[in-house]
Amino acid sequence: MMERLWNRKPSIQAPRIVGRLALAPLLALASPAIAASEESTSAPMYYLKTFGPKGDITASLTWGLLAIAAGVSVLMSVLVIVAMFRNGRSSMATPGSPLPIAHPPGGHRWIYLGLALTTLVLIALVIWTMDVLAEIDEPAGEPAFTIEVTGQQWWWEARYVDPDDPSRSFVTANELHIPVGEPVRITLASRDVIHSFWVPALAGKTDVIPGQTNETWLQADREGVYRGQCAEYCGLQHAHMALRIFADAPEAFQAWWDHQLEPADEVPEGSELLAVGERQFRLQCGACHAVRGTLAGGEAGPDLTHLMDRTTIASVTLPNTPGHLSGWIADPQHQKPGTTMPNPDLSGPELNAIRHYLETLD
Amino acid sequence: MAVDYQKRPEAGYVTKELEAKLHKMWETKPGLFGVIATVDHKVIGIRYIVTAFAFLVVGGLQALLMRLQLAQPDQTILTPEQYNQLFSMHGITMIFLYALPILSGFSNYLFPLLLGTRDMAFPRLNAFSYWVYLASGLFMYASFLIGQAPNNGWFNYAPYALKPFNPGLNMDFYALGMVFFGISTTVGAANFVVTVMRNRAPGMSINRLPIMIWGTTTVSVGILLANPAVSLAFFLLWLDRQFGTHFYDTAGGGQPLLWQHLFWIFAHPWVYIIVLPAMGMVSDALPVFCRRPLVAYTLVILATITTMLLGFGVWVHHMFATGIPFLSMSYFSGASFIITIPSAIATFAWIATIWTGRVVVTTAFLYFAGFISMFVIGGVSGVVTASVAADLQLHDTYFVVAHIHYVLIGINLFGVLGGLYFWFPKMSGKMLSERLGRWNFWLTFLGFNLAFLPMHWTGLLGMPRRIYTYPEGAGWSWVNMLTTVGSFILAFGILLLFVNVWMSLRRGVAAGANPWDAPSLEWATASPPPAYNFTVMPVVASRHPLWEDRLGESEGHSSIERGLILDDGKEMLATSVIDAAPRAILKMPEDDPWPFLVTLAMTLGFTALLLHWWWIGLAAGVATLLGCVFWLWPRGDLAQTKGTAHE
Repeated sequence: MMERLWNRKPSIQAPRIVGRLALAPLLALASPAIAASEESTSAPMYYLKTFGPKGDITASLTWGLLAIAAGVSVLMSVLVIVAMFRNGRSSMATPGSPLPIAHPPGGHRWIYLGLALTTLVLIALVIWTMDVLAEIDEPAGEPAFTIEVTGQQWWWEARYVDPDDPSRSFVTANELHIPVGEPVRITLASRDVIHSFWVPALAGKTDVIPGQTNETWLQADREGVYRGQCAEYCGLQHAHMALRIFADAPEAFQAWWDHQLEPADEVPEGSELLAVGERQFRLQCGACHAVRGTLAGGEAGPDLTHLMDRTTIASVTLPNTPGHLSGWIADPQHQKPGTTMPNPDLSGPELNAIRHYLETLD
Repeated sequence: MAVDYQKRPEAGYVTKELEAKLHKMWETKPGLFGVIATVDHKVIGIRYIVTAFAFLVVGGLQALLMRLQLAQPDQTILTPEQYNQLFSMHGITMIFLYALPILSGFSNYLFPLLLGTRDMAFPRLNAFSYWVYLASGLFMYASFLIGQAPNNGWFNYAPYALKPFNPGLNMDFYALGMVFFGISTTVGAANFVVTVMRNRAPGMSINRLPIMIWGTTTVSVGILLANPAVSLAFFLLWLDRQFGTHFYDTAGGGQPLLWQHLFWIFAHPWVYIIVLPAMGMVSDALPVFCRRPLVAYTLVILATITTMLLGFGVWVHHMFATGIPFLSMSYFSGASFIITIPSAIATFAWIATIWTGRVVVTTAFLYFAGFISMFVIGGVSGVVTASVAADLQLHDTYFVVAHIHYVLIGINLFGVLGGLYFWFPKMSGKMLSERLGRWNFWLTFLGFNLAFLPMHWTGLLGMPRRIYTYPEGAGWSWVNMLTTVGSFILAFGILLLFVNVWMSLRRGVAAGANPWDAPSLEWATASPPPAYNFTVMPVVASRHPLWEDRLGESEGHSSIERGLILDDGKEMLATSVIDAAPRAILKMPEDDPWPFLVTLAMTLGFTALLLHWWWIGLAAGVATLLGCVFWLWPRGDLAQTKGTAHE
């Protein structure tokens, strides 16, 4: 499954950037670096270059605003400097020595002219803003399905809901796939404190607030991996509450969805290591983590049924490699101080068995 | 009240005998009693300034620690909890314990001098507001002693602030500390409002008031209107935490957004509250170095008041991402754009003043010129964020961090530093070194811009606020390094200011009464001014009493050397609200320890509430009430008992 997902990435039509990032997950296997380095560009959270209609129209507005802002700042600073040198300068020889005073007329003209210009620019900006706001309010077409995202300290749960067939729903975490070129509705709820859902290359933020369900929508027009990150301070590990959006070709997306519906493969007969791993996982981890098709059914932590489909762990904090997986399970409090996952009481062999078992969850 | 005793004050000239007599009446007694009992607005003003600068230094050191942590990706100099406490206390310190108190300090010092009177309307309340400020600041800082400083930012959103997520005392320190601090700002604001309405030099009608007076008065009214919201918000938070009420807790039907509304209804006006008086200081002091009156005095005042009014109608622009319907957001977006207009008036007035004036380049002037540029940058980045659609991206990124620092450092700190170079000679009688001043200004200015101009880019690169570290691949490393380097240069620049102050106090050049040849009343008295400020009550005939002969614009003449002699005990004039016509002679209080003692009782009370010592809390409450009764008991020497008043 992993092979399939990664291999389809470097599609011929995909632009260079996307091609580069599609190879990146392979590198991550070998690299101990933090997972973020795989993302599309050297600045994965940059939002003035965007890849969807919602982000695009906002980026143009932001560029316009920034250009005006920079222009006004430079103009006014130049005026201050010119004004300083214009009439020559006096100096104060000793404290208290009187200097000439004048009351030249003409100052008010500045204000009338400045005010008129300012007002015109502001009116234009208000109109532009309202226009963009109307554009991004709703997608052009009705989204085909909804992802119910639940923010919590410090990860993202995602429940995919097929409106036509409730049995085709499933739960995953932190890495969301969407079909390229289609709008997707996202509802946002919180299980604890306020978070904010933000994938800058695609759209602006929407807060995730307990007691209410907010709604937003996303659309990616190019295949690729887009980084998101919690944007509202939410406690100790606010810094490590990222997510990834994978924009897939429609067929690949459909295949991904179908695969996610499947329960985990059964542990093959005869493998003592995997059997121990499965049992230890159920005892040590199953209270918080679910692996569908087994007795592990906890809901406090991410669903791990298809863990190996994900490129990262710990809410996009670490790459999903065997080494990082072991390190994370052994000592999550070191990797992500304060995380809700406690340090387990595991022997070396038990840890090893659990990790081998997890590697079968593809 | 029946008038039993009428006194017609006599007019006279300044004489040595009169000065000696007044000095004896007005001076603060030496010794410990004088330290805790003084009601002299100048002493209190300087205490405010020194304390606020001390908090500035502490908040600045916190910032430097954070900058070390963020200089490179994935650093572990600070733990997440330490970082969160530091950024929270940095915000709380700078916004509450530095930014307003520093302005209160200048206003406290300058109000009676600018207005041509001898003290604030309520001198004991003035002392009280300082003591409560100091006590509430120390109260909040005591949290560091047990390692439980507030850790939820100055904005302190629920439900993270509630007990299930934040079980320590951290939030209780903040909640109680802010209710405590609110008492200081409220009484201080009331004092400014009453002083400006009742205690001015005869003839100083409202169209002759210095702009700084207008700025501080405007924001004082703003404080009186805004403060209840935040005191309530924090009180409800405290109830939620201690007694399980559910104001912000969804489990009991509460609303996390209630906190945000209550907080920002206060905190957005607060942003204007901590910049408008600084803008007023610049409007008064900048023209002195342009050798002309300010352009468009009336428009600048109207702009000040309009800004404050509009400031109450834009709080939702902090909440654009909370899921509020787009239609209602468009109102708040529009209102946020409109607030640019009064700011533009002030900016063009300053530039026109420089343009049409003849500039005297001093350190103070450089700070004011830098202030204008920083004000514009902070203003236009505010316009960018006022646009809802753009703000949905910019919100909670370092772009906003850059914006607030341009606003707060650019407008507040640069205005204050310029103001300090301008008024320090008045306060100390010594000039600050201009040479050291240039170094001070340029390092501060360049360090600040190196730290915060690239930070806009950090925000556009998508770095969220309030993260204690960031991954290497995010592309934020080099901009963060720039900011860290800049912040240390800025800190070094500020250090030079303290060096300059220290050297000046030791061997500065004597300033004389009016070193800048400035026009307003504070320059008509000695530097530093005597305890009674003015020997005879000055009478004002124009907006620029000390320039009016040269400007040739006033109808009459202001009178500084000759005026009413008020020497029958501590006395000053009460004047009418609009025209400042003399109405009554006020008996002013002597040094009084009660404000200090009441503050002690309140500090004990808040500490008891923090630690759930309910009985001690009750006792402290009773002691506070009793203290107020003793303090406010009608007294004959203040003409508060029957038969002692004269009007």
